Amino acid sequence: MNAITKRLVDLRDWVDERFPLMSLWNEHLAQYYAPKNFNFWYYFGALSLVVFGLQIVTGIWLVMNYKPDADLAFGSVEYIMRDVDWGWLIRYLHSTGASAFFIVIYLHMFRGLMYGSFKKPRELLWILGMLLYLMLMAEAFMGYLLPWGQMSYWGAQVIISLFGAIPVIGTTLSEWIRGDYVVSDITLNRFFSLHVIALPFAIAGLVLLHILALHEVGSNNPDGVEIKKLKGPDGHPLDGIPFHPYYTVKDLMGLSVFLILFSAVVFFAPEMGGYFIEANNFIPANPMQTPPHIAPVWYFTPYYSILRANTINFLWIDAKVWGVIFMGLGVLIFFLLPWLDRGAVKSIRYRGPLFKGALGIFVVVFLILGYLGLLPPTPERTLVAQVCTVIYFLFFLLMPIYTSLDKNKPVPERVTK
Amino acid sequence: MRRLIATLLLVLAPQLALANEGGLKLLKADVDLNDTASLQRGAKMFVNYCGSCHSAAYMRYNRVGADLGIPEEVLKTNLMFTTDKVGEPMRAAMPVADSQEWFGVTPPDLSVVARSRGEDWLFSYLNGFYSDASKSTGVNNLYFPSAAMPHVLWELQGVNRAVFNTHTNPEGVQTQVFEKFENEIPGTLDEAQYRRATRDLVSFMVYMGEPAKLVRYALGVKVIGFLFIFFVAAYLLKREYWKDVN
Amino acid sequence: MRDDAVDTRRRRFLTGTTVVIGGIGAAFAAVPFISSFQPSAKAKAIGAPVDVDISKLEPGQRLIQKWRGKPVWVVRRTDEMLENLNTFEPTALRDPQSDQSEQPKYAKNVWRSEKPEYLVLVGVCTHLGCSPSYVPDMSAPDVGAGWKGGFFCPCHGSKFDLAGRVYNGVPAPSNLVVPPYKFLSEGKLRVGEDNGVSA
Repeated sequence: MNAITKRLVDLRDWVDERFPLMSLWNEHLAQYYAPKNFNFWYYFGALSLVVFGLQIVTGIWLVMNYKPDADLAFGSVEYIMRDVDWGWLIRYLHSTGASAFFIVIYLHMFRGLMYGSFKKPRELLWILGMLLYLMLMAEAFMGYLLPWGQMSYWGAQVIISLFGAIPVIGTTLSEWIRGDYVVSDITLNRFFSLHVIALPFAIAGLVLLHILALHEVGSNNPDGVEIKKLKGPDGHPLDGIPFHPYYTVKDLMGLSVFLILFSAVVFFAPEMGGYFIEANNFIPANPMQTPPHIAPVWYFTPYYSILRANTINFLWIDAKVWGVIFMGLGVLIFFLLPWLDRGAVKSIRYRGPLFKGALGIFVVVFLILGYLGLLPPTPERTLVAQVCTVIYFLFFLLMPIYTSLDKNKPVPERVTK
Repeated sequence: MRRLIATLLLVLAPQLALANEGGLKLLKADVDLNDTASLQRGAKMFVNYCGSCHSAAYMRYNRVGADLGIPEEVLKTNLMFTTDKVGEPMRAAMPVADSQEWFGVTPPDLSVVARSRGEDWLFSYLNGFYSDASKSTGVNNLYFPSAAMPHVLWELQGVNRAVFNTHTNPEGVQTQVFEKFENEIPGTLDEAQYRRATRDLVSFMVYMGEPAKLVRYALGVKVIGFLFIFFVAAYLLKREYWKDVN
Repeated sequence: MRDDAVDTRRRRFLTGTTVVIGGIGAAFAAVPFISSFQPSAKAKAIGAPVDVDISKLEPGQRLIQKWRGKPVWVVRRTDEMLENLNTFEPTALRDPQSDQSEQPKYAKNVWRSEKPEYLVLVGVCTHLGCSPSYVPDMSAPDVGAGWKGGFFCPCHGSKFDLAGRVYNGVPAPSNLVVPPYKFLSEGKLRVGEDNGVSA
């Protein structure tokens, strides 16, 4: 045993003389001091990394049998589901993984909102995270075309047509994206390339930058206290504990709970009642016939609602264009959060009633918009969506005012339990 | 305020799932994939009644045999009319050109129809035929009006007549509301037998839509059981290490 | 941190337990990914047994049938060809009794076939996978001395006799593979299936 251990240590030292193995290990795990008061909301960063890995691995395996060809794509998915040994499991892991990715990312983002993780000095960290979110949306959107079912086809058709709303260059732009006059085999082929090569590379790179930026400034925590300010005699933060082993074992426990829930969906409800895999996607794409009701996959529906809510022409621009503009702004406005928030404290624990109320309303409005996006529109629903859209933007636009007026509570020196 | 919330809830309520254009409630299929005998009967019905026009091009005969416990010899004599190779997919007996000419459309592939339409819809559809002289097929369907498909199972079910009531709403608009079926010509099966037969057929189509369903649930129980053990170990490990912190 | 209170044994035990359970889980999780590399139902359907009509095959002729994507040869040997198989020097062939070669039981004999007249072989050289040419004539000057008719691989010069047995001193390590097969009738042969005799 000792001889083996010595050999392994020798090997490690051999590598370490030629590669910064131990310094990387220490800097990012064993000597990375994270606040000791992480709560439930701090699982989702690590979990999104795991889901990303799962999507990469299952994706590689799916590509082995998938055919990016309009005539063959639908059949090749069924081929994976039946003829390939265990293909059904690999496919369900990937399709469920897509939705799981958005669930953990939305919770991760909400955590950031609650505890002010976007505030100085973490502005760049937040921006990198938002870029990741944008990339993830593009990745999911392009991936959804690949099964080449009716929802794949018409979903892509509708979203790409949005670009057609842009004045002057719109038509040219949407044709340029599709490479054709409608969504076609050509579109499928390029989306495949972007989905399996370009975007995964971009996401992996951004994940690395996101983590590097995090480890530069250090993790925030539910108290919003900068633990680096108070260091012990050993030079380590008094309220910090090494990420490894404390958070590796904790995240491992979180991962096991996540995997239980994830497996429950994969094995017992992979379609999730039509929200993860839609019934109409079991009909091969037919450019001649739109299904009676089309809705985007659940993770896009808040923005889809904002898009549909704009029914008024104003400022010489018509409603369709405003819809696209507001949808775009609805996502992009998150980038400005670090500068919109004038509050002196980070965490919701020490914020005043104004911010707490605003965030609560925002979450409700976001959920209502998401829910409405799943339903076919009626005049009443459109009205609700319009009200919600206005509130959605007021949350951001009024933020400088209500955060500076808010009666914050004093923030403790040290983190609380 | 209360009224506002009530209105809001009403607006947000999803439309009551309307079965189809007629607003009819679907019949419950109550498919049981553990009933292998039912799946076998359904398979036989499928190849005999559906397979002449419809393909199930993603389903291979030998897979059906293996999953439903049908020996190869029985498979060849009872289920395979379009090929003698057990590894072949279930193609339609009728050439596409003929079906185009006879029905005006190509009968769709039925491999995953249970996943796009749902089992209850299929079951209702198969039980929804009634005579209608205005249609070229002589029949219409309650759940899929003006379907191009003739009532292939009419010998089994016989021919039904649909009784409609005329309802007049306060604005004086008249609508036809379905009341009941009346049997015109008896078939070889009585009503309960026909329901059972169509349930078998729908069960087979549900199986065909996702053959992995037969193993998925059992495997899921094992996986989750295993993950639970892993959770216990991870929990104890975490608690042990976190003694340092607390 | 109170290092004095740490129960190192318990900690090591729990770490070990979690690692072992996690490792078992990872191994199980790898199974679907590894199994999915196996030939799919489609590959198996395409590679299903094929029937060959040999009723029009003249003595001395060879026909080629595709099975599992590979060429399968059926040679109808003349009496002269069959007699020649017994005339080799003991050292001329590497594995004359087919002890180290792949064939069904019923083909482990001098002529390497069920019926002496009909030779069935997978036409892929056991060296590096080229398909040898059929050179039935005794007089083939370019093949070399001592040639009694057989198969000659153009890639690396491996030589096989008319039973697919490999010559000594050529790169190929073993005799050509005989696939499982059975006769359905006088003029009909099925390649890839022999009612489990070979299995």
